[in-house]
Amino acid sequence: MVKQFLSLEWKAFFRSPAFGTNLALKILMVFGALMMVLYLGGAGVGLYFILEKADLEPFSTVNTFVIYYLVGDLILRYVGQKMPVVNIKPLLLLPFKKTKIVKFALGKTVLAFWNWMHAFFFIPFSIVLLAKGFNPLGVIAWHLAMFCFIYANNFINVFLNDKLWLVFSVGALFAALGFAQYYGYFDITAFTQPFFQGLYEYMWPVIFPIALLVTVATIAFKYFLARLYLDAGLAKKVSEASGGDLGWLDRFGKQSTFLKNDIRLIMRNKRSKTTVFMSVMFLFYGLLFFTGAVEVYDGPFWKMFAAVFVSGGFLFSFGQFVPSWDSAYYPLMMTQNIAYKDYLKSKWLLLVIATFFSAILCIPYIYFGWDVLIAVLVGAIFNMGINAHLVLLGGAYIKTPIDLQSGKKAFGDKSSFNLKTLLVSLPKMLGPMALYAIGHFTVGPTLGYALVAIVGLIGFAFRDKVFDQIIKIYKTEKYKTLAAYKQTK
Amino acid sequence: MITVHNLSKSYNGVTVLNLEGFEIPKGQSFGLVGNNGAGKTTLFSCLLDLIQPSTGYIENGGVKVNESEDWKTHTASFIDESFLIGYLTPEEYFYFIGDLRGENKADVDALLANFEDFFNDEIIGKRKYLRDLSKGNQKKVGIVATLIGSPDVIILDEPFANLDPTTQIRLKGIIKKMASDREVTVLVSSHDLQHVTEVCERIVVLEKGTLVKDIITSPATLKDLEAYFAGNELVVE
Repeated sequence: MVKQFLSLEWKAFFRSPAFGTNLALKILMVFGALMMVLYLGGAGVGLYFILEKADLEPFSTVNTFVIYYLVGDLILRYVGQKMPVVNIKPLLLLPFKKTKIVKFALGKTVLAFWNWMHAFFFIPFSIVLLAKGFNPLGVIAWHLAMFCFIYANNFINVFLNDKLWLVFSVGALFAALGFAQYYGYFDITAFTQPFFQGLYEYMWPVIFPIALLVTVATIAFKYFLARLYLDAGLAKKVSEASGGDLGWLDRFGKQSTFLKNDIRLIMRNKRSKTTVFMSVMFLFYGLLFFTGAVEVYDGPFWKMFAAVFVSGGFLFSFGQFVPSWDSAYYPLMMTQNIAYKDYLKSKWLLLVIATFFSAILCIPYIYFGWDVLIAVLVGAIFNMGINAHLVLLGGAYIKTPIDLQSGKKAFGDKSSFNLKTLLVSLPKMLGPMALYAIGHFTVGPTLGYALVAIVGLIGFAFRDKVFDQIIKIYKTEKYKTLAAYKQTK
Repeated sequence: MITVHNLSKSYNGVTVLNLEGFEIPKGQSFGLVGNNGAGKTTLFSCLLDLIQPSTGYIENGGVKVNESEDWKTHTASFIDESFLIGYLTPEEYFYFIGDLRGENKADVDALLANFEDFFNDEIIGKRKYLRDLSKGNQKKVGIVATLIGSPDVIILDEPFANLDPTTQIRLKGIIKKMASDREVTVLVSSHDLQHVTEVCERIVVLEKGTLVKDIITSPATLKDLEAYFAGNELVVE
């Protein structure tokens, strides 16, 4: 029976429409995974010596921070690890025992990269411990405990799925604890460190993680089994319509029709909500630069880079997928009496309004000096004047349908991977950086800012020209786009 | 109103549609029947400029659909759920289509008032998104939306499929009423021979992409079509 499951999985993987077309992405993902393995492996081998050099007791330091590692892993999993619900519906009617289906689905998660990537850290690290003369039995107990915790995370993620608030609160709690520890108010690790250390010293506490793993796995199994009905875990969620008639948007004239739709699209779909959430996160991106937290970002033109990013979160994350947001009903749009120009203008308006508000929200950056605020505002002008066009231009080449109802994949979607889009996106960042650098190194920062702002303003003047160009692309690519949007995921 | 000229469509050398040409005069109610794969949806997709024909072209209201977009102002269509916007409520969707067709809310509301029976109190005022409606109700919304803005050409692909018997009968009434209007050209495809012979004045049968019958509906048509489709019936003993 397992053989049949495996053969189904094999076919599902190799026959998915995304498979052939996105080889480049697959390679990139493999590359990313390799980097991860290298980092973790490097840390596994080197961490002990690094900590030793820093005059810390390596093993107990690791035991101090391992709690953050585990919680971080859980949150990352929630964001990234996919749930094994695929292909279950058709199996329900076939003569498989339900427990078998659940076991297989859960078994699949056990094999996920999310679990075994940690081995690249823990195995070398344990070997180093042994080499350094730590008690072998204790190291094995500790290692086993870590293994149990990682797998417990795996199963927790199964029934955590959809409990966004819980994950957020755990994340917020631990962020707060981290701060509290950093500033010396309260140290959670004072309680957790002895436990993790005790795993090595007394060995017998290893039964706790083992018990945890067994409990959590059982809960996950039961949770899954109980929801194996079309009206429970496999059900589509029905939500009540919300939001008013948005009449206040009528002032935008012809564009208001589309603007209303876009606002509803953003408010009512999981995928777009995630995008908006991300663009809010972008607002904080500047902290990395302006606080000097990351050294490589200290060059003068990096300030411009940050400024463009900070106000452009929505512009980049939402804008790059125009018109794919409308992919589900693209045939409707193509047969209705729609002027492309109005359609584009409404998207443009949305991007500009969002960028404007982001810029206003960025005003607190004045804390880091006038200089920083000016950089952010100038970056916003460039975003509105030039980048809004470029983003729409790049989007015209994107032909991957967006599944509005799925929240996943918002981080680094394959559709953003396309040589043409990449070429169009380069100037979005490099442009303002280069302009600023020219001004900065000839006359001074003032000219740098002025240049960026002026080019941004000039961009406004060419809006209609750019739109004509985009419309041309839309028209020539129409049939290809329609055909591509038809292919579901 | 609509003229098909030497239209063909092939994918990788396989011809799925090959029509010498025919004309649909203004005001005619035109039925398209044929088995799966006969090319009905392909023909409609060509007519709506959603796919490019391999050869030939279609004219709608005097314009070639793949060259000018002027036909969009007088043509309304419902092919499948990709013509619906899932995250809107039915009302919002109707108003959206109304906006695109130059009708204000009051116009749309006046039109919708005629369809209270048809909607069976399951669509208006329910605060549900289109994506959460049943397939049948989605279809009702799509069909009624084609009537907004009094278009001259209405194209419906398989309008009777997925509908309950009561709704099928009501829909027949609606299409008959549209068809009786000499200004409106209605194109309907269907697998249901009885329905299509009841509502259409003219019926074209496609088989494997070619036109095999083009008949003006008469009382004998249903029998005629049934005989045709039963033609190579397997006798099961």
